[in-house]
Amino acid sequence: MARPSKPLLLRVGLIVGSVLLLEVASRAGWIDPVSFIPPSEMFVAAVQILSDGVYNVDIMLTLSSALTSVLMAVVFGFLGGLMLAKLPRLRRVVDPLLMSWYAVPIFVFYPMLIVIFGLNRWPLIALGFLFSIVAMAVNTLNGVERIPLVQLRTARMLRMGPVRTTLRVRLPASLPFVFTGVKLTIVYSFIAIIGGEFLLSGAGFGYQIAFAYNNFDNPTMYGLMLLLLVFVGTVNMILHSVEHRLYQRRVMKEPA
Amino acid sequence: MKSPTGTTLNMQGILQSRRDAAVQRRTDVVLLIVGSLGLWAGLSAWLGVHALPYPWTTFARLAQLVADPSFYPHVEETGKAFLAAIVLAVAGGTALGILLGVRRLAGDVMEPVLIAVYSVPKISLYPIILLIFGLGISAKIAFGVIHGIIPIVLFTMTAVRNIRPVFLRCIQVHRLGPWRAAWQVLIPAAIPEVVAGLRIGFALTLLGTLLGEMFASQRGLGHMLMMAIERHDVSLIMALAVLLFAFATLASLLLLKWDRHLRKGWHRGA
Repeated sequence: MARPSKPLLLRVGLIVGSVLLLEVASRAGWIDPVSFIPPSEMFVAAVQILSDGVYNVDIMLTLSSALTSVLMAVVFGFLGGLMLAKLPRLRRVVDPLLMSWYAVPIFVFYPMLIVIFGLNRWPLIALGFLFSIVAMAVNTLNGVERIPLVQLRTARMLRMGPVRTTLRVRLPASLPFVFTGVKLTIVYSFIAIIGGEFLLSGAGFGYQIAFAYNNFDNPTMYGLMLLLLVFVGTVNMILHSVEHRLYQRRVMKEPA
Repeated sequence: MKSPTGTTLNMQGILQSRRDAAVQRRTDVVLLIVGSLGLWAGLSAWLGVHALPYPWTTFARLAQLVADPSFYPHVEETGKAFLAAIVLAVAGGTALGILLGVRRLAGDVMEPVLIAVYSVPKISLYPIILLIFGLGISAKIAFGVIHGIIPIVLFTMTAVRNIRPVFLRCIQVHRLGPWRAAWQVLIPAAIPEVVAGLRIGFALTLLGTLLGEMFASQRGLGHMLMMAIERHDVSLIMALAVLLFAFATLASLLLLKWDRHLRKGWHRGA
């Protein structure tokens, strides 16, 4: 293992320091203790939640919905991105649509999705899917566009068919960008599904946070939030490091 | 667009191709509108009007909404919150981005933290904002700023880091203090990237403000949306969604135009 870098150490120090500061501030009463509980109590609450297992059903619901949405969005987003790359005309036409996609709170379509899919998890999955597919498609498009021309010419020179060109040249060459798409798909699916649960649904992790807030149940609320933060932070860190490695490999392969 | 005074003969070909491009752009817009309306109408027919009302029903509802004077207090409330949020996000994001770009170590420390914050489903942390700022417009503004500021910081930081070294040497040669260096060199050089970040930040700030209004609020477009959802007033939902989408698309296109204009100017100057 290499020695941890200076920014990493400082970052850990910063996070630990601010948590300690919050702890001291809330213990000493600098912050209103009604609105903010000390981080140590949040931690205790989070452990309690996990060991009691009261919220396991909700956690599993949220995770399985997010997984379904991510899988669908990755597959269809990738195909959509390839299609847009093949049809530049279509791409130019829908470009403004893709750019302002993320400005409309996608949650407003929830009631219509309920009419379409019924009162179950599918409206939420559809919400996550709709929210994340555009990021996947745009990043796939971006990656396909950046494939060095020389690699495609090499593929033609070696008389590769379209399927082999896609699998052996296009996909590896655009992999870092496609992976960025996958990363955003995961992030956005979670945002849409937990947001949908928080605002509108009657079950799941996001709903339980809103429920705790409405019941002034601060320990549970902060415990759940802490769990969510730790979970999202961990997933994000893993994805970020994989992505970083992919881009570095690409840079090493390409001179300048 | 400037008129090509002086050189006329050689410009004709260029002008012709420019005109062609303009015509194509116009057909693109028409195609987009016709295509999405057609798709929408098809979907409504397939899914039923209770799931998705027809475009014309929606536009009739939108016209009704715009004519209704009780609609405007909501628009004003959202407008005020959004305006305050976007101003704060741009000012704060640019300042923070420049700081993190100039101080390389600080940037290295903060970048992953910012990306992590960006990826958290922030709506679930909205109760904390509510507890800090109380119920009212300041919580919405804060939530809008939190959504929009991060892309602006990240884009500005990258821009300042990739600034051409000759500009930095210029700062040293002219012995500019930090304020003048930021104001006269760093910000003008980073502007195209800031605008690119602003395009993402704009949409996200709007999203954040609306989300803030959807939870524990009594006014604003987000609140209207929430009421429409509770009453299952599908045509109102679609009318508001169309309105917001049109606004966001228009803003995005204008910012894109500004972005292109700046980049062109920058290349010419360089």
